[in-house]
Amino acid sequence: MWQALYEELKDHGFVVIAVALDSREGDPLPWIEAAAPSYPCLIDADHRLADLYHMVNVPQAVWIDEHGMIVRPTEPAGAYEGFRRMDRVTREMPADAARMTAETKATYLNAIRDWVRLGRTSRHVFDAERARARAPRHTEDVARAHVAFRLGQHLIRQGQAEEGDRWLAEASRLHPDSWAMWRQRAGVTELGLAAQPDFWARVDALAERRYYAPIDMEGMP
Amino acid sequence: MAILITDTTETILSDARVEGERLWLSSSELEAATGWSSRPEGFCRESICVPIPPGREREFLRGDQIDAAMLWRHLGQPLEHSEDRGTWVFGTSAADRAAALSSLEAPDFSLPDPSGRRHSLSQHRGKKVLLVSWASW
Repeated sequence: MWQALYEELKDHGFVVIAVALDSREGDPLPWIEAAAPSYPCLIDADHRLADLYHMVNVPQAVWIDEHGMIVRPTEPAGAYEGFRRMDRVTREMPADAARMTAETKATYLNAIRDWVRLGRTSRHVFDAERARARAPRHTEDVARAHVAFRLGQHLIRQGQAEEGDRWLAEASRLHPDSWAMWRQRAGVTELGLAAQPDFWARVDALAERRYYAPIDMEGMP
Repeated sequence: MAILITDTTETILSDARVEGERLWLSSSELEAATGWSSRPEGFCRESICVPIPPGREREFLRGDQIDAAMLWRHLGQPLEHSEDRGTWVFGTSAADRAAALSSLEAPDFSLPDPSGRRHSLSQHRGKKVLLVSWASW
């Protein structure tokens, strides 16, 4: 998704760092190899970035300026709920959901272009006060969840799969908002598509709540 | 023998003595694994020192060993250990994470690419960075 944007903007002082919150042996690799991106694609098996930046899902993004300062804190990276209305067999989306999905993505990419062109004067860059207000907040349960997750992942790598999985379950119990933790565990204990019915059930259980938070950005549909 | 995992380190502790919820380490092991060391003024890391509460020295110190788990809890930081107590994970509190994010300084990290080569955020200083998560799931 980011390769074209990166190619367009890389000579203007811009880089994408893509981080896979992923740990099944070899899982991100075929995807990375197929896409052959020329920006750094990193593997974050322990979801450390999720801990540092309070990420709960993919794709989420943070905008960091040339001085290493956050100018837009963690938010959905142009992602929209449209997939929830997908036909679960044909995987087709109704036209209006497809349009919203495309517009959300296009708006987000255009905002990045605007930022690269205008820097801090871009209307999409948050001033310090707004960036602070929008910074996501851990709870102490979330902090404990990341400890449990890290322990679980380590134990699984060491061959202690049963206890490892119990720690992943505990992590999700403490941090129910994290799709990343839940789906990582679902990937470990079940095979591929077998996890899908559980995923849809969990999405449906959201009812009116959002899967992706609304993006606080001018021009978002 | 035990392994102690923190945000940035994984340290094999050859001198550690585990007793229930206590993880007794030598001063040099504690410092290597966590960056905290035991000084006359208390426990110190970089420019911060935390005194041992008066009268409670024996909860933290035993001869030349320090109960690292007691220290971590005293610092208000989360920790867990495996059932066999061979693996300990010392985490970072929500308060510390929130303080870091509200400083607006993007936390640095070092992660491997598929070939195993490590990349950090700080090596891209001077560029605008879009840091984005993804997954195969």
